[in-house]
Amino acid sequence: MEEKNLGQRLHIDFPLFFGILILSTLGLVVIYSAGGQDMELVYRQAIKLVIALAGMVIIAQLSPSKIARWSFNLYLIGLILLIIVIFYGDVGKGAQRWLDLKLFRFQPSELMKLTVPMMVAYYLADKTLPPTILQASMVCFLIILPVLLIAIQPDLGTALLVAAAGFSVLFVAGISWRLLAIIGGLGAAITPLLWSLMHSYQKRRVLTFLNPENDPLGAGYHTIQSKIAIGSGGFYGKGWLNGTQSHLEFLPERSTDFIFAVFCEEFGMLGVLFLLCIYLFIILRGLYIAINAQHNFGRLLASGLTLTFFVYIFVNMGMVTGQLPIVGVPLPLVSHGGTSMVTLTIGFGIIMAIHTHRRFLSSKI
Amino acid sequence: MVKDFIFRNQDHESNLISRRIYISAFIILILISMIVSRIFYLTVTKNVHYSTLSQSNRVKIIPIPPIRGLIYSRDGVILAENKSAFSLVVTPEKISSLNETIDQLKKIVLIEDSDIKRFKKSLDRKRKFEKIILRLNLDKEEVARFSVNRHRYPGVDVVARLNRHYPLGKKLVHAIGYVARIDDHDLKSIDTSNYSGTTHIGKLGVEKYYEEFLHGHVGYQQVETNAQGRIIRVLEHVASKPGKNIHLTIDLSLQQIAIDALKDKRGAIVAMDPIKGDVLAFVSSPGYDPNKFVNGIDTESYNLLLASKDRPLINRAIQGEYPPGSTFKPFMGLIGLENGIRNNTKESWCPGWFTLKGNKHRYRDWKKQGHGHTNMHKAVMESCDVYFYTLAYELGIDRIYEGMSKFGFGQTTGIDIEGEKKALMPSRRWKREVLGEAWFPGETLILGIGQGYALVTPLQLVKAMTTFANKGHIIQPRLVTSISNSITTEVHDLPNYSKNKIVLSNNTHWDDMIISMKDVVHDVKGTAWFSGKDAKYNFAGKTGTAQVIGIGQDENYKKEEIAEEFQDHALFIGFAPVEAPKIAIAIIVENGGGGSKTAAPIARKMFDAFMNNRGLITKG
Repeated sequence: MEEKNLGQRLHIDFPLFFGILILSTLGLVVIYSAGGQDMELVYRQAIKLVIALAGMVIIAQLSPSKIARWSFNLYLIGLILLIIVIFYGDVGKGAQRWLDLKLFRFQPSELMKLTVPMMVAYYLADKTLPPTILQASMVCFLIILPVLLIAIQPDLGTALLVAAAGFSVLFVAGISWRLLAIIGGLGAAITPLLWSLMHSYQKRRVLTFLNPENDPLGAGYHTIQSKIAIGSGGFYGKGWLNGTQSHLEFLPERSTDFIFAVFCEEFGMLGVLFLLCIYLFIILRGLYIAINAQHNFGRLLASGLTLTFFVYIFVNMGMVTGQLPIVGVPLPLVSHGGTSMVTLTIGFGIIMAIHTHRRFLSSKI
Repeated sequence: MVKDFIFRNQDHESNLISRRIYISAFIILILISMIVSRIFYLTVTKNVHYSTLSQSNRVKIIPIPPIRGLIYSRDGVILAENKSAFSLVVTPEKISSLNETIDQLKKIVLIEDSDIKRFKKSLDRKRKFEKIILRLNLDKEEVARFSVNRHRYPGVDVVARLNRHYPLGKKLVHAIGYVARIDDHDLKSIDTSNYSGTTHIGKLGVEKYYEEFLHGHVGYQQVETNAQGRIIRVLEHVASKPGKNIHLTIDLSLQQIAIDALKDKRGAIVAMDPIKGDVLAFVSSPGYDPNKFVNGIDTESYNLLLASKDRPLINRAIQGEYPPGSTFKPFMGLIGLENGIRNNTKESWCPGWFTLKGNKHRYRDWKKQGHGHTNMHKAVMESCDVYFYTLAYELGIDRIYEGMSKFGFGQTTGIDIEGEKKALMPSRRWKREVLGEAWFPGETLILGIGQGYALVTPLQLVKAMTTFANKGHIIQPRLVTSISNSITTEVHDLPNYSKNKIVLSNNTHWDDMIISMKDVVHDVKGTAWFSGKDAKYNFAGKTGTAQVIGIGQDENYKKEEIAEEFQDHALFIGFAPVEAPKIAIAIIVENGGGGSKTAAPIARKMFDAFMNNRGLITKG
């Protein structure tokens, strides 16, 4: 048997680890500027970051077979919590999303971002791929159920991410293009139905996205101001702490969902290229791990989680640059906030576990 | 062979997955280049455009908060107004060291320790970028001195804004309530865009209940600002719509008499128009100054109010729960008549005490030697306890509960302010569910004289009294009669809610009881005859003295030996004039001793004033 290297013994994938570290450190730097140079805010975020990284390392110690075995139970628990939150959840920003556990507040929908791809990967792992129509329908059902529960909270951004996580696993599992087209077609067909189920504030957001000048006091204002912030940054940016748009209170949600606009204003096109390079590095590393995984569960889950990570980036940047509706998705590993950070690092912990527990399959056969 | 097949299949599957991953990576690269081109378009191609927008002129939306509606008394006196004042405000987010800034500011503006305390407390519950008041009511000199030095204090401003002010202070606080700064809790329930420029919100009383009328609707200004955030010009101006004015039912002269009567005492007085339900006087004593709460009260003063033995923050009129004592007797009597257990002539023998069969315990009458032969009229007039022990025993708890519930005891009255208590009308079921015990006959007896478990609020008492005065017609009390538009002065009268009616088998039962109550104050044998002496009109009433602590079987109640807080509560309920009731009243003086001595004279004073003011005195 080959000699194990340090990373494998510690169950840490160093390229991923350093990529994440660079990104989150960059996040702290931008948060300091966006939060009005409030060191307190940075400290708090740094503590959350340490907890999140510790969580990642702990999760990475679990063997993928264990993770696979837990998938179904975790999925079930997540569903139950989603139902509980509808009845007993705390209302935050007009939506029921939080479960108050006295010690800390917890968002069950956040859990689903991990358990849905886990469940789908677990379900497909022992099937012959590509999946049949029946199996694909079953997967769709597994995805749609939690997505609907989250959408009625209503948390459109998270519902979108959970759906993306599930469907990216299905896509990687080799679902035929014909089936994919049918699912897409069905999705398009039920859009009018969803529209009628939407909350008025969500309808307003979509309408505002189509015509931002409609709502100068509310959402349209976000888009206009963030475009001004990005555009005025230029190629080299205005320099760290020198962004005027963000510091003169023009830009809402500066340190959370719209932090990318602050970043663009201060670091310009050059900074964006650097940021995207790190993101791309992390994504490619994740996909490399997926391809080299030794079992289908690992391949499907690692690629599903990595693709979801990209969807995060794409939706957030699209939203901030005024190309997608404002759905409340943070910029992964950079935005201020603990919950999404922990979810993401746990996801990477799973990817690391898949990569560093190499004997899973060979010992079995 | 089979194994081989599975291996090949796995190989095939892993190839399929890898192929899909390559496709994904390709799609990701395309999407990332789309992002890059979009950012390139914004930052490079359109850079000049956005830089211009960013550098020279920027559009900013400034909300214009509406002016809050005023509150008037029945006779048009302003009870809540908006006073323009200069205050020194601080935006904590824009300041690196608060303490340093405050020390610097002290050099040019007078800042006392109490200001700093209030300010620090406000910091705990503030909105992002909210301007917090450091000093209120700057004088002109201070404003001038600050303006000259303004550049030295970034994040500090002097603003002229309208402050809510209650000219009568503590006199009406329990009815009007107050406004205070919007906190996180309020944010959950309000339309944040309509409150985007508003700093204060109704927290209590009428200010809270009628918040949506008083607040008005926000307007906004679209302005161009320069790089420093200074306004260059106004692009669009949408005016705010001011809140509506509110007119209270309170009659200030009656209110004042009630306040004076309860001076240095604890208690409550509520007077009500039995026809419209208008609350004419609404006093809970002691009160407190609502103006202190408007811009945040400092912790020390607040703790003083909380810790005070007189508990001024409690709204006794709707939250004070008292044993009704003998004021329960007219209601008991009516229930007795209605159930056919008593008529006007049937007599009970009162030797001064009552015992249940097979029980030695003596339920005593307040009059030691007893009332002798007693009928209903005499029992109410002289407040005979034994008569009502007997009556209660014969009625039983179920019929008492049913009858009393019709008068609204144990239920909220539906007055237009929040925080009302239900108090307690006990029943068999209540005792089993709450105390886990069966109902004892002895408890029925003392309920007959308003002792035991029964508790009432002053407002419940006066509402029940109006039902009596109306001969069964139930009316909901209200504090606001109308709402008017502050611009067009158009007045919109609020409807008065009259609910169902208590229908008796024989309507003369009302008259019988009312005559007895009239003789409580107008017959020389009545318990409050002294208060009714020489009145130029007829009124009806019933005194009550509610025990705060139990007196042992063979002990005597000696006022001078009992600490003040354990002395009896004095109660009085009544209405005037008897022939066509225009005002009903309930008075409770905590630890005030006897109802006839302490409470009834207050009622007389208020009735006199009311009758005089309305020109209703015709007699003599």
